[in-house]
Amino acid sequence: MVTVQESEYWRWPETIWVDESKNWQDAEVISCGIDLGSVSTQAVIMADGELYAYANIRTGTSSTASAEKSVNAVLEKIGDMTRENIHYIVGTGYGRVSIPFANKTITEIACHGRGAVYVYGNTVRTILDMGGQDLKAIKVDSRGKVINFLMNDKCAAGTGRGIEVVCDMLSIPITDVGELSLKVDEEPEPVSTTCVVFAKSEILGLIRRGWSKEMILAAFFNAVSSRVVELLERVGVEPDFAITGGISKNVGVVRRIERKLNLKALEPKVDPQLAGAIGAALFARALYIKSKK
Amino acid sequence: MAVAGIDVGTKMTKVVIMDENRNILSYVIERTGTDHKKTSEETLEKALEKAGLKREDIKKIVATGFGKISAPFADDEVTQVIAAGRGAYYVKPSARTVIEVGAEESRAIQLDENGNVKDFSLADKCAAGAGSFVDAMIRYLEVTPDEFGQLALQATRAIPMNAQCVVFAESEVVSLLHSNVPKAEISRAIHDAIADRVAAIARRIEIKDDVLIIGGLANDIGFIDAIGRELGKEAHVPDSHPPELVPAIGAALSAL
Repeated sequence: MVTVQESEYWRWPETIWVDESKNWQDAEVISCGIDLGSVSTQAVIMADGELYAYANIRTGTSSTASAEKSVNAVLEKIGDMTRENIHYIVGTGYGRVSIPFANKTITEIACHGRGAVYVYGNTVRTILDMGGQDLKAIKVDSRGKVINFLMNDKCAAGTGRGIEVVCDMLSIPITDVGELSLKVDEEPEPVSTTCVVFAKSEILGLIRRGWSKEMILAAFFNAVSSRVVELLERVGVEPDFAITGGISKNVGVVRRIERKLNLKALEPKVDPQLAGAIGAALFARALYIKSKK
Repeated sequence: MAVAGIDVGTKMTKVVIMDENRNILSYVIERTGTDHKKTSEETLEKALEKAGLKREDIKKIVATGFGKISAPFADDEVTQVIAAGRGAYYVKPSARTVIEVGAEESRAIQLDENGNVKDFSLADKCAAGAGSFVDAMIRYLEVTPDEFGQLALQATRAIPMNAQCVVFAESEVVSLLHSNVPKAEISRAIHDAIADRVAAIARRIEIKDDVLIIGGLANDIGFIDAIGRELGKEAHVPDSHPPELVPAIGAALSAL
């Protein structure tokens, strides 16, 4: 029998990156977007509206400290940039009110819409943002302006936090569960409940019955994707379709959503977990330029 | 001759042995664990032993909860609503509204003056209004279930719980602990949140006095306090028997 243990399998790798091919000092406007989410925090630095550097870290227990940490991490990676060199900072995400050094805050719906157009191109019309604690279906126009949206933030089913719980139960790193779940000969029936707490008990039962981890993950992601598709269908899916947020990196969830919608999701140009922070940085640039006029 | 009622729940298995005059001869409450059939068999044996009876002394066995799937030796089965209603009328004949909160389910049952079920509503889709909410929370607070209930009564301030989902509430509790919010206030917030969910289920039926709370969570005085406040009515608990035993009593009554 598989022993179930609480561990650190949910931990996803933090990343800090800078575009070494560019020199930020050549840029006229340096803007910064911080997406302070419930599970992860991203700080993005843009040079004249182009992605220059970012940090993607885990949100700690203090929102303000996490925001500080993300900006400090990206500045340290760049090396010669200081806080004073940034012309404008926009905060977004669940914890956006806890970023005291932001010049302005903008909702994550608006930022994800704007950011998705940068990450996926201006053909995107429907965006599914799958975050740590909520799911959002967003419809945008060609400029990334939000036309309509729907969100679910009451329940962990289908969110990153729900997937983390299952990773811990099965002792599989969160970066591997998506691939593994696709290694099944036949798609199993979805787990019968959307509640993560009840799904945990159901998964324990499946482990006892000798189900493989691949089959269990497939059954769980099958249920997750059905739930997400319900939300998408309520807002109406118009191509092109794209997924942002941390779960967009989980191919097990993405492929199943595509199958159910009978629609391919666009391939991202940059890390799709950055969409919210990129949107915020783009708003920051526009706001700075406007303030100078 | 005697009869038995068995209630196999997601967390606990309960057996009641009753004589033909409706007197309870013995009862046993055991953890359900992983092997339901083995647990139900063993719990029945223990209850028989306590009553000084043998298997052949039992005229009829009625199962509820998971039912005959988990207790294949049962002669018959009865729904959880009927079992809870009959048991509730037995332990408190004045009960007109019965609210049962188990580990993974909660339900509200309306009884008439003869103990017949008039109406009911239930929730089994989400853990927010179920006992497993408490199980998840006390792990983070590092208190016993008894302490957890007591703590809520000591709170001097009611703070709101933003999360509805148990999984999110866990993170919220961790944040509250980090911000040095006293455990009493956190406990009160958790109890208020569960009571809010349970009351929403109960409000789908007509709520009449007396209100009787049964199921495992009825052992938690913090919850009894919170649900009473939420409903604006006095919440009673069975005084003669453990509250989680009530459906098993109802199953035994169904065997007579």
